[in-house]
Amino acid sequence: MKSNYLSIVLRTSPHLSRGLSVETVMRQVIYALLPVTAMAIYTFGQSAALLLITTTLTCVLTEWIYTRLGRQEPTIGDWSAALTGLLLGLTLPPAFPLWMGVIGSIVSILVGKMIFGGLGCNIFNPALVGRAFLQASFPVAITTWSEAFAPDRFQYCASSTLAAPFLRPMVDAVSGATPLAAMKFSHQTTIVGDLFFGLTSGSTGETSAVLILLGGLYLAWRHLLDWRIPLAIMLSVALFSGIFWLAAPDRYPDPLFMLFSGGLMLGAVFMATDMVTSPLTPLGVWIYGGLIGLLVVVIRLLGGLPEGVMYAILLGNAFTPLISRMTGTKVYGTNRKLLSWK
Amino acid sequence: MEEREKGTSSLVMIRTLAGISALSGLLIVVAVQATTPTIKLNKAEMLKKSVFEVLPGISSFQTFKLEDDRLILLQGEDEKAVKLFIGYDQDHALKGIAVEASGQGFADVIRVLYGYDPSKQAVIAMKVLESKETPGLGDKIYTDANFAENFKALDVKLDSSHTHLANPIEVVKHGEKQNPWQIDAITGATISSKAVGKLLNQSAQEKLPIIVKNMDTLQGGGR
Amino acid sequence: MNEPIYSASAKHENFDCLVRGLWKENPVLVSLLGCCPTLAVSNSVINAVSMGLATTFVLICSSALISMLRRFIPKEVRIGTFIVIIATFVTVADYLIQAISLEIHKALGAFLALIVVNCIILGRAEAFASKNTIAKSILDAIGSGIGFTLAIVCMGTIREILGNGSFAGIDLFGPSFEPWVIMILPCGGFFIFGTLMLGANIVNTRQRAKAKLGA
Repeated sequence: MKSNYLSIVLRTSPHLSRGLSVETVMRQVIYALLPVTAMAIYTFGQSAALLLITTTLTCVLTEWIYTRLGRQEPTIGDWSAALTGLLLGLTLPPAFPLWMGVIGSIVSILVGKMIFGGLGCNIFNPALVGRAFLQASFPVAITTWSEAFAPDRFQYCASSTLAAPFLRPMVDAVSGATPLAAMKFSHQTTIVGDLFFGLTSGSTGETSAVLILLGGLYLAWRHLLDWRIPLAIMLSVALFSGIFWLAAPDRYPDPLFMLFSGGLMLGAVFMATDMVTSPLTPLGVWIYGGLIGLLVVVIRLLGGLPEGVMYAILLGNAFTPLISRMTGTKVYGTNRKLLSWK
Repeated sequence: MEEREKGTSSLVMIRTLAGISALSGLLIVVAVQATTPTIKLNKAEMLKKSVFEVLPGISSFQTFKLEDDRLILLQGEDEKAVKLFIGYDQDHALKGIAVEASGQGFADVIRVLYGYDPSKQAVIAMKVLESKETPGLGDKIYTDANFAENFKALDVKLDSSHTHLANPIEVVKHGEKQNPWQIDAITGATISSKAVGKLLNQSAQEKLPIIVKNMDTLQGGGR
Repeated sequence: MNEPIYSASAKHENFDCLVRGLWKENPVLVSLLGCCPTLAVSNSVINAVSMGLATTFVLICSSALISMLRRFIPKEVRIGTFIVIIATFVTVADYLIQAISLEIHKALGAFLALIVVNCIILGRAEAFASKNTIAKSILDAIGSGIGFTLAIVCMGTIREILGNGSFAGIDLFGPSFEPWVIMILPCGGFFIFGTLMLGANIVNTRQRAKAKLGA
């Protein structure tokens, strides 16, 4: 089932194959995520490690069972299920109960991907579908953050991590507000340097902007990631939050804070760039990134939630087919667009 | 059958529709006639239960209607009147007053009934009569025991001029309640909590001065 | 006008009228009719049962009356006539429920009045009751009504157990159960509806494949 779908170019034939396979791409993305994963485990200790292992394994297992039951060829060899699981784990709070992680992983793979026909047919980023399901199901657990660099993080794992299936997790006494929540609800800003190196509390893999960017640069260098998408998102966030900040500097945070806080970096580099759910055309990519950036700013500053990257990317995914069609190139010699409705 | 193929005359159509409508009307009238007494009883029962719930310890209550700034004992039925329910204990002493209030919530209008104790000058209980708040989040305004705790002694003292509350009812962030006139909001249901606080404040600002002014009338109403 | 639609023996035919709506032609899971109440009032078992029964009541009464009057209703005004008849029984049901319990009436809210436009009822009236005898129409209405009730109660059960940890208001798992809030929200309705339809389709597809193999 290996396909060279990366070689889809919006030009008429003849085409030239790059000889890349889905497996290679997915594996490279996972390699790029390894530093972020390592930092996550170093920052949050045992709980984060257990959570990441659980989500990754559950995703792979779910896909395997699904293909077995449906009497299809197994697709877990393409590494995409493992990547979905890893990404899902990285977007969840470190002390998230494992049983909820399992449910999120199953929803990611089944509802986010397999129902649509498997990899390449999904409309939304599977990991974010799983996270959105968890956000709507367990609003309290998914906004309970544990403290970064707790001294005993390697000896013990948070009691909420090991909550028995279907039971309410015990909330640990110490919980750290994320920089975004602190900004939204108490108007406290965090030093950008701390955000950059990941010394704050937050979702498992979102805290260290520098490692995420390094991973992104590696992928961009290998041409496995469209560098325009993260750049467009960041420019758009900087622009729109800059407008808010200039209008009322005492009410709204500065653009640098907006860029480096929350899941923006992780989302922009690893989620929005998902090849299946982002537009194919060069212009479309800019529109897509700009739209996501605008939505992030609107949700964060004007909405009821402190963080909006997940919903912004999901909405961006929903717009992808439309953007692709709007910006499709003309077929040579005709007046018809390559991706038209007809 | 033959007639059908030619098309039906208008007269037949009108006759059928009129016949069916008459039949429908008849059925509905029968249903209304048959159920109205029970429905009225149900509604009265529900309101009665709610009044007893928000005014614990009363043994009877009487309905007064609000006219301008006077309170008049309501005889019989009056659908449109703004009603207050005055609760008395066994010795016919006034124990408390139940007031209905409503205001815009997160999803739709929230209607509540709250009990006011004139001797404590405080709200002593609140019951949500109607709400369409989000299940699981906003509906905590009537399922959350901690939130209900706010209304067991909510200070609504009037100021010296007896026209306003000395301290308007305020909703504060969860865990920051310091004064007896503050309501501790529910985490995750801030908008619904604030809506309840706002509608209580509005109603109390408006009705309590009138109640205090007419206390003598109400005291005597129990006999 | 009165030719039997199914050419089996009379007894078998009546039985078929009754059971068809339960699974093979289930109004919700197979014909996808009446989705609005199915999604909206299936967040608890009590709501689902009351909605199901109210709809079944309206369905049976209107099917019977329409079948009774089928010779007198000119086809040009049949839809209007059906709607008037259905609306009448919905109004009757509304008053009956208010008399039975105000709590249930409150929970069903606007969806009670919207039974009028539930496609299941108009669908059965148009497709069956207006062409068949009273007895058969009533059997058909009972079948479809129970089919609808079963589907909506199924959804209500799953949503209430996961979303509230209870069944028909009875707490199942104790206070430490973590509810899945999404299940009582509207989006949970869509999730469960999709899942049930998926299940029904899998079963039906496999059955058909088997039948083909046998033939």
